[in-house]
Amino acid sequence: MKNILDLTAMELGRRIKKREIGVAEAARASLAQMEALEPTLNCYVTINEKLVLKQAEKVQSRIDSGELDSPLAGVPAAVKDNLCLEGLPTTCSSRILENFVPTYTAEAVQRLLDAGMVVLGKTNMDEFAMGSTTETSAFGVTRNPWNPDHVPGGSSGGSCAAVAAGECFYALGSDTGGSIRQPSSLCGVTGIKPTYGTVSRYGLIAYGSSLDQIGPVGRNVEDCAAVLEMIASYDKKDSTSVSRKDCDFTRALVDDVRGMKIGIPRDYFGEGLDDEVRAAVLKAAEVLRDKGALVEEFDLSLVEYAIPAYYVIASAEASSNLSRFDGVKYGFRAKEYEGLHSMYKRSRSQGFGPEVKRRIMLGSFVLSSGYYDAYYLKALRTKALIKKAFDKAFERYDVILGPTAPSTAPKLGESLKDPLKMYLGDIYTISVNLAGLPGMSVPCGRDRKGLPIGLQLIGDCFKEKNILRAGYAFECSRSYEMPKMAQESAAGRMTDNVTEKGGGAGI
Amino acid sequence: MANTISDETMEYVGILAKLELTKEEREEARRDMERMLDYIDKLNELDTDGVEPMTHVFPVNNVFREDVVTNGDDRENILKNAPRKKEGAFQVPKTVE
Repeated sequence: MKNILDLTAMELGRRIKKREIGVAEAARASLAQMEALEPTLNCYVTINEKLVLKQAEKVQSRIDSGELDSPLAGVPAAVKDNLCLEGLPTTCSSRILENFVPTYTAEAVQRLLDAGMVVLGKTNMDEFAMGSTTETSAFGVTRNPWNPDHVPGGSSGGSCAAVAAGECFYALGSDTGGSIRQPSSLCGVTGIKPTYGTVSRYGLIAYGSSLDQIGPVGRNVEDCAAVLEMIASYDKKDSTSVSRKDCDFTRALVDDVRGMKIGIPRDYFGEGLDDEVRAAVLKAAEVLRDKGALVEEFDLSLVEYAIPAYYVIASAEASSNLSRFDGVKYGFRAKEYEGLHSMYKRSRSQGFGPEVKRRIMLGSFVLSSGYYDAYYLKALRTKALIKKAFDKAFERYDVILGPTAPSTAPKLGESLKDPLKMYLGDIYTISVNLAGLPGMSVPCGRDRKGLPIGLQLIGDCFKEKNILRAGYAFECSRSYEMPKMAQESAAGRMTDNVTEKGGGAGI
Repeated sequence: MANTISDETMEYVGILAKLELTKEEREEARRDMERMLDYIDKLNELDTDGVEPMTHVFPVNNVFREDVVTNGDDRENILKNAPRKKEGAFQVPKTVE
């Protein structure tokens, strides 16, 4: 007998459609898991307690009346706390937005609501998505469900930990330099950063606008493809949104990689890569080779220049984007000040955390006169070279395969002591954002400590289908693993589920 | 070469960033920035002569539309999150004597 929480989002969606499971029943199963695990994990900043069951009833009646036909109608999900949702606090895990309640909803979220998403809550993140561990959140750290002494990664750490822990069936994240893929890797779930411009950023609180993309986090490739298919759209409200074709991503889910050309960049396997991660990723490449893919090594080049270029560009954009938080229109205003400028400065200085201030300072510096050419323009020129290196690689390969992160999840408290070292953890993910490419992390094993390892698949612009096909084919060779903590918690309540619905929850 | 940031530059960046740092925070920020700049200087190894700076990965053009108002009066919603408001406007400290 299977517990509701053992189902993938798509499996649950199918059962809901067949009336085998009620929408409220699914939401209650998620809420119970949250109640059991949130005291330990802290995946959520805000839980939608008051509205979630009401919303579930509404969705149920829309399904019953035949109005809703989406494959994920009624499936409970979570939303990263930098995506606006009308009526629910949206904090970016920052003191400066602690009391901010948006009066509108992000386009990507709205599209899922229209398709019958039940929102369980808003997930924790690094403050303003700046960080790789979810430890810079003003509302406490999120812990990794595989081992609570370790971080979940970041910045979408809350979303990824929630999916891994069975505290939601899928989640939305955002990825500026790896913020979906890296925590997906560290939490043993699947996450996609789509091609830049695929998902509207309307209602996403901006960090680095030329790099930010919204994407799905799920238990498997199928769930992620289905969510991505729903949120991809051309939107007039986002001037960088791209009117693109080929968004029927679920059609790419075939277990067949015969003839697919996969390149493994040698530069992704050099110094700094953990041996167990290397072995697991190369083993995954073997699986795809055995299934008929043509796998070979090549030199991508310029890998070590991606991080310095990224920190110049992302910090520059952040310093500009975050200038809107000044204590006037929304958010925190300092209690004491002398005049307008003092109010701006004090509100910002008291409202932002140290990592955010660090990046705003660096960004202001590299954009200032006298330094603009040497740093900012130099970084943009480097970005052009990195894009060219990828263009060259995609003349020969359909997919680039490598690790998502150089190591498994670090222990809590280890990373923030040395920011530069933390930044180096994003070495394999960052260039994908600079070049605007789609990238995905898929679980491919665990290390000696039992912590998950992620395989990264990178595609050419607008070629999500290639990475989805490769990811799906790889995934077909293994089964999904849920952390013990999540399994035990779900199994412990199974008897209750059964009595409540007279055995209806057991499936 | 190790970067050093002068007091004047730190002061200037603080003004641009609209941040008021304590003396301690400022010294920490200076150390962090110097260290980051040393690292970023790695980019100087690259010959980028003749390479156009790339702001967007795809050619992005201006998006034009007719100048027609499509949204209604949303004043109430816009002011909903204001820390202080008065008579349908954001209230700020006196700026003009």
